[in-house]
Amino acid sequence: MAEGKFRVVHYLNQFFGQVGGEEKANVPPEARDGAVGPGLGLKAALGPAAEIVGTVICGDGYFAENIDTATVQVMELVKKYNPDLLVAGPAFHAGRYGTACGAVCVAAQEKLGIPAVTAMYPENPGVDLYRKDLYILPTGDSAASMRQVLPKLGALALKLVQGETIGHPDEEGYIPRGIRRNIMADKPAAQRAVDILLAKIEGQPFTTELPMPEFDRVDPNPPVTNMAQATVALVTSGGIVPKGNPDRIEASSASKFGKYSVAGLDNLTAETHETAHGGYDPTYANEDPDRVVPLDVMRDLEQDGIIGKTFDYFYSTVGNGTSVANSAKFGAEIAQDLKENGVNAVLLTST
Amino acid sequence: MVKEIERAGLPVVHMCTVIPISLTVGANRIVPTVAIPYPLGDPELPAAEERALRRQLVEKGLKSLETPVDGQVVFEE
Repeated sequence: MAEGKFRVVHYLNQFFGQVGGEEKANVPPEARDGAVGPGLGLKAALGPAAEIVGTVICGDGYFAENIDTATVQVMELVKKYNPDLLVAGPAFHAGRYGTACGAVCVAAQEKLGIPAVTAMYPENPGVDLYRKDLYILPTGDSAASMRQVLPKLGALALKLVQGETIGHPDEEGYIPRGIRRNIMADKPAAQRAVDILLAKIEGQPFTTELPMPEFDRVDPNPPVTNMAQATVALVTSGGIVPKGNPDRIEASSASKFGKYSVAGLDNLTAETHETAHGGYDPTYANEDPDRVVPLDVMRDLEQDGIIGKTFDYFYSTVGNGTSVANSAKFGAEIAQDLKENGVNAVLLTST
Repeated sequence: MVKEIERAGLPVVHMCTVIPISLTVGANRIVPTVAIPYPLGDPELPAAEERALRRQLVEKGLKSLETPVDGQVVFEE
């Protein structure tokens, strides 16, 4: 390795790290010298000023199920390369991967004191979790956008490691972090505000100086007071469907949900049901779908008088890369139907 | 989904493994589960024990639905 180059460590999941697919999602962190997979494109984007000295790879399932331990393990491997910068991903719309990239970058900043940057789809849950602490570049929802994002990732990474000032998100292209900086304006605030108001009245484009945060929290409902009389419904984003997936719910980016009768069933079995969900190893859910939609114990709880009854239908969709807009729509439609049918409470399971 | 069900006026518990995602999504009652591919089970256990574990988790979910909460609560052990 040439002297004087910035040392970069790249974080990848098991898939992009070429360890394997979902069957390898449980592999703990490991390190490889040099660049792997998308690291080759990143290396080109970084150019001669920086060198990818190592790649740390971890299974998405392992990371998501052991976030704290996995972060420490990844940091130990990263630290050995004595890096100046960490780059993670891009994670696109993979929720577990995006969460891992965010956690690893924040840890690199805080524990190792080095800059870090990642990239993912704006709806990836990793964005809301880490955007305040981290530069995250937006990507498309699939690896098809890899070629577009790597040059941008490389450019921002170089700026960070060279200690350059990072400009406004509009100029640099990263997802806004909500950081405010004092700047000198050429007009006083009152005049700027009136200008914006006039533009608004005239229907002209304008940019607010104070975007309102979008808080969308829903207050919790009061608890169920008499569970022994209550009708409880099962809902899942884990993709459990009758065998053969009659509604053809998509394995990712679902456009619909299904409503399936459990009347007369004691439990869900490998013969009657399966999962349509991509993105996690389906072996265990297919072997016994009760592991995702716990009908068997709901029947036990009915018998023991702990709940009144299980609603005669369960609702299912696939929560893999499904848009927030679709998820919200499914939720609202399911809720409406549950209310019309006198359901009192809901158990929603996610994989 | 969980937020829209809550918004419609039904108490709902989100039973899932990746708690940070559930918190971001805006679930109010959250019960941590076993693992992503088998939230309510454990293929390592004999069938009877697995079913007992599942019952314990579902009972925890029901308990959360019977508990008044003010905001987001993760119902740990």
